Amino acid sequence: MSEPLVVVGNGMVAARLVEEISTRALGRYSILVVGEEPRPAYNRVLLSSLLADEIADADLELKPAAWWRAKGVSTLFGRAVTAINREAKTVALSDGRVLPYGKLVLATGSRPIRLPKPGMDLPGVITFRDVADVDAMRAAARRGCRAVVIGGGLLGLEAAYGLAKASVPVTLIHLMDRLMERQLDAPAAALLADAMRRNGVEVVLQADTARVIGTERAEGVELTDGRVLPADLVVCAVGVRPNADLARAAGLDVGRGVQVNDGLIASDPAIHAIGECAEHRGACYGLVEPGYEMAAALARRLSGDAWAVYGGSVLSTNLKVSGVPVFSAGDFSGGEGTQDLVFTDAAAGVYRRVVLKGSAVVGAVLVGDATDALWYRDLIRSGESVASMRHSLVFGRAFCAEAAPLLEAA
Amino acid sequence: MTATRTTCPYCGVGCGVVATPDGQGGAAIAGDPEHPANFGRLCSKGSALGETLGLETRLLHPMMRDAGGALRRASWDAALDRVAEGFATAIRRHGPDSVAFYLSGQLLTEDYYVANKLMKGFIGSGNVDTNSRLCMASSVAGHKRAFGSDTVPGCYDDLDEADLLVLVGSNAAWCHPVLWQRMQKSRERGARMVVIDPRGTATGEGADTHLAIRHGTDAVLFAGLLVHLADARAAALPFIADHTSGFALALAAARALAPNLAEVAAKTGLAAADLRAFFSEWASTERVVTLYSQGVNQAVAGTDKVNAIINCHLATGRIGRPGMGPFSLTGQPNAMGGREVGGLANQLAAHMGFSPSEVDRVGRFWGAPMMATREGRKAVDLFDAIERGAIKALWVMGTNPTVSLPRADAARAAMAKLDLLVVSENVLSTDSSAAAHVLLPAAAWGEKDGTVTNSERRISRQRPFLPMPGEVRPDWQALAGVAARLGWGEAFAFDGPAAIFREHAALSAFENAGARDFDIGGLATLSDAAYEAFEPTQWPVRRPAHPPLEGEGRREAAGWGEGRAGRDPAVSSSMPGVTPPRRSLAVDPPPQGEGGAAPSVAEPRGTARLFADGRFFTPDRRARFVAIAAAQPPRVTPEHPLVLNTGRVRDQWHTMMRTGLSPRLGGHRPEPTLEVHPDDADRFGLSDGGLCRVSSVHGAATLRVAVSMAQTPGTVFAPIHWNDETAADARVGALVHAVVDPFSGQPDAKATACAVAPVASTLSGFVLSRRRITLPRRMFWAWSAIVGGYVARLAGNGAAAEILAALEAALPGCEIARYIDAEHDVGRAALIVDGRLEAVVYTAPAGQEPGWAGLLDLWAKPKLERRDRLAVLSGAAGPAGSDDGPLVCACFGVSENRVRAAVAGGCRDPASLGAALKAGTNCGSCIPELKRLVAAADRPMALAGE
Repeated sequence: MSEPLVVVGNGMVAARLVEEISTRALGRYSILVVGEEPRPAYNRVLLSSLLADEIADADLELKPAAWWRAKGVSTLFGRAVTAINREAKTVALSDGRVLPYGKLVLATGSRPIRLPKPGMDLPGVITFRDVADVDAMRAAARRGCRAVVIGGGLLGLEAAYGLAKASVPVTLIHLMDRLMERQLDAPAAALLADAMRRNGVEVVLQADTARVIGTERAEGVELTDGRVLPADLVVCAVGVRPNADLARAAGLDVGRGVQVNDGLIASDPAIHAIGECAEHRGACYGLVEPGYEMAAALARRLSGDAWAVYGGSVLSTNLKVSGVPVFSAGDFSGGEGTQDLVFTDAAAGVYRRVVLKGSAVVGAVLVGDATDALWYRDLIRSGESVASMRHSLVFGRAFCAEAAPLLEAA
Repeated sequence: MTATRTTCPYCGVGCGVVATPDGQGGAAIAGDPEHPANFGRLCSKGSALGETLGLETRLLHPMMRDAGGALRRASWDAALDRVAEGFATAIRRHGPDSVAFYLSGQLLTEDYYVANKLMKGFIGSGNVDTNSRLCMASSVAGHKRAFGSDTVPGCYDDLDEADLLVLVGSNAAWCHPVLWQRMQKSRERGARMVVIDPRGTATGEGADTHLAIRHGTDAVLFAGLLVHLADARAAALPFIADHTSGFALALAAARALAPNLAEVAAKTGLAAADLRAFFSEWASTERVVTLYSQGVNQAVAGTDKVNAIINCHLATGRIGRPGMGPFSLTGQPNAMGGREVGGLANQLAAHMGFSPSEVDRVGRFWGAPMMATREGRKAVDLFDAIERGAIKALWVMGTNPTVSLPRADAARAAMAKLDLLVVSENVLSTDSSAAAHVLLPAAAWGEKDGTVTNSERRISRQRPFLPMPGEVRPDWQALAGVAARLGWGEAFAFDGPAAIFREHAALSAFENAGARDFDIGGLATLSDAAYEAFEPTQWPVRRPAHPPLEGEGRREAAGWGEGRAGRDPAVSSSMPGVTPPRRSLAVDPPPQGEGGAAPSVAEPRGTARLFADGRFFTPDRRARFVAIAAAQPPRVTPEHPLVLNTGRVRDQWHTMMRTGLSPRLGGHRPEPTLEVHPDDADRFGLSDGGLCRVSSVHGAATLRVAVSMAQTPGTVFAPIHWNDETAADARVGALVHAVVDPFSGQPDAKATACAVAPVASTLSGFVLSRRRITLPRRMFWAWSAIVGGYVARLAGNGAAAEILAALEAALPGCEIARYIDAEHDVGRAALIVDGRLEAVVYTAPAGQEPGWAGLLDLWAKPKLERRDRLAVLSGAAGPAGSDDGPLVCACFGVSENRVRAAVAGGCRDPASLGAALKAGTNCGSCIPELKRLVAAADRPMALAGE
């Protein structure tokens, strides 16, 4: 009899975990995936493309239903886990069922934050997290709405871009003086703002939302400086919060997320947490890539590799609003002891900045051309010396391959 | 397109060029196989003429300075009104000597003639001088002292006939390459060559003997030779007795200067054995040509040097006969033509001076109201007068005095004081235009129509093969326009260059009757069509009405030496190779059916040699020996302990206005250098390839150090070509003292006391640009042409940001991509317009100099791809050293590294290198360098030590 493994959540990370386990140890576990959304896991990263009508609904699918069946995975969609009984090693479902587990994996993701401002609960104010949100925006577009997107981070940019592509007049407002301030430095953010404007998005920076105005429905956004931006649709994309309610209720150690060690084990050895709901070494990640890395590490461990650990992720952002690839990774704050290599080609919309510490790459920001993104991320991870190709580094892997021997010859 | 036969615009060899326009503003260039100056050969510079025809640097319409000081486009009428008004005002208020023309050996004879006529006959001043003053005025003075006329006695054929060729102060291999090749051919048949030059040059390398004489002691050497000729009974006493005067005094002076071999050796720094060998060879070789150039002319005692040389030829009667004579090599295409019209301040016109009878004669011929009655100011004196405020209005044509004059900074400051400065130029921007009030667009080579005279007195046509662009006009038209505004329209109502030439020819014959050497009366009736078809012809070309002096030009005399007869005069025709190859209709055909009384031409074929008959143009028809006094040696001081010598490099000419546009001429010597002997480099802390500041009491320049064994310790050498447009701070003229020869007024550009100090350099790099722009002058840079633009290597102290700022200011509206590594001081930027590179700059710390060879593919691309924009700045180009090395053969673009590879591959001499690479097979001026590279490969240790 296989050990029962219950995975709570049917997002991208959960799907990746199941896939990894099934390739490493098919049949070792009797796997059950329980998810709130009424459909199999889909590619959330593509939601803005769906909104922009660049892809079809079916293109979101990660794995067809038949795949899940073929791997012998049981799925329960459209149902939430409401409680964990750690003594009994069972979970309770919203439909009243109680199911046993040998291992429990929490992959509950995160929830979008709604600003604590008046009017945020009015109809017409939505967040940008799932297919339902996209449906709401598409409906708004069909009605000929005007939209305000609050938040100049990854999600907000994608929402604004998608809406613009869906021919919705859209204003993106952002509290800070530059877009994606946690991922981009000022020149890169300026390039991105230019690109957004070229895509039809009006960008308003240093815009502090006072409230959403409207009586029956949202009618506009009022800023603290008194400006009012009319809008039938307000998308609040100011960030996400790890969804750790279940773990907290079960008495697990929870900070901002479910606290796990390098083995991705929560404060109960039978319970793991991965993805955006997890807090590892004090960090919560809001991106899919670290979640995938956690899923891979956990799959190895659950497949028998007791030494498999997750050492944290190099934070990297890979934003793909059409035509404007944006990537950042590592530490690009430019602190003491770091050295900047900067390539700027504003006319071509290209910006590349590589941050060195000693002879190693510690950070990178790419705008307009992110083809070498993963190479930079790998250099950051490996910490290898790049001294010999220093002056080719910013131009990418191919140039380094060409130039390095020449420079060494000199 | 049809081919046009014309004449090269560079040196005084005067090669025939066949230009075939490509219909797009350019032309294919080839040597004219029928031209007797070159028989089809061209040097690297001439071969590259097709690369210099673009319009991007040209001045295409008149400009005038407005009240606010800005130059603005103007109409010809307005511009000429202003010129005429400015000259008239100065003349009215301050007299005719308050105005002046400063002309150029690049003007055509016709332009020169009109300028000279206007100033000396109508304005009434002798103030016409020319940059030829800087070039061969000492030869003119020397000729006049010895011959009574400014006559070059011999011709190029003499180089074929000579058994000994002596070059004094001439780097002909670089500066007169086509003649050099001709002399090398003579060596192949057994002629010997001796080069006398303080500096090791390509010419010295290609000679049998190089005598590295101490600066300024050439006259001592030739005084010693004169003494030797007398003592060794090698003098031609009958010739001396019958045809000369002053021998005894000259010999006495020579004995005082050079009493014996030991004294000559001590003064010249040459070994007594070498002197003995040279004297003996010269004395015993009847057919000897002594050629000389700037090393002789540009000296405080240049005229004496010329006469010291001529003295030896007079003493042996070796003059005017095949294969022998003194021979002045001129540096400009029409220095000779300028001399012929009187374009020097100490000449009146047509080889006449300022004697009352001559003034009267020219005045009657011109119908001139205001003849100048005395010499005008010579170049250096002229600019001194401008500085003092004595000259109020100046018209500069076709020359760049703020670069080429001695004390060039002072000349620049002086020009700013003028009430009116008019500059007639091909190009929009030259250093001399900065202070101009009026700029007049002059026709350039390929557009101009007229004649030039080369070093052997051969008049050739410069024919147009391109339309005059924009509002460009020939200079004579601008001059005639001003003359008309001043009220003398009738005297200047020429309908074209042929009419001017006819008047010039008629003046040369006017009341001449054989009294004056310069007589082309035989050409005074050329029809327009005959002028158009005129074949290269050596003057004099006399009219039949005035039979030539006995023997002149028609017959060759036998040798004057003691019993050593020359070759059969019947065999050595007076005009070998001169006969026009096919056309006999170079002059008017005699009208038919009118009894043959119509004007005809006695000697349409011209005159190859003069003086073979021993009759000269002095009043008594005797040549004059000149007693030579001791010259002051170059004076150095503790503050300025070195002697600065100046000169040219192989592939550039003058201030690079034309050669600087040619990519294949840009690679040989791309930067201004200071050549320094290793001992001096050690003494002053200079390193090869580093920077130095060289300074005199007059000015300073920053140059790249080239340590060279070719220099004599205590002397340094700098080329003259760079100006403020082409380099940061390399106007060598600014350093040169204004010491002039007392007879010729020619400045001594070869021996200025100077000091040199190293300049530290923290930065290296380069800039590629479509246009030459002004980069920060506190750094070192010099533009050289590449395909599609220019490149400048950077050195010195500065930051990438400064250079980028300069580029951005000069090239507004560019897209800019940049790469900066502030920590390592590396900066790179690409300026892009419409997807095409407009400029690229790379900087790095000194010692990590980046190269640009790898960027040239991208530089050539009309549209950069996305990846290219990264590649331009990626350094994938590779570091310096991936270049091909310096260019050796400019004609075929063969680099030093390719030559080295071919040598390593088995090529052991220039012939095999020529077969393998074509190197050296056109102009041949790189053959000495090819030999050196072969020799270097044979001495691997020596090479390693270089």
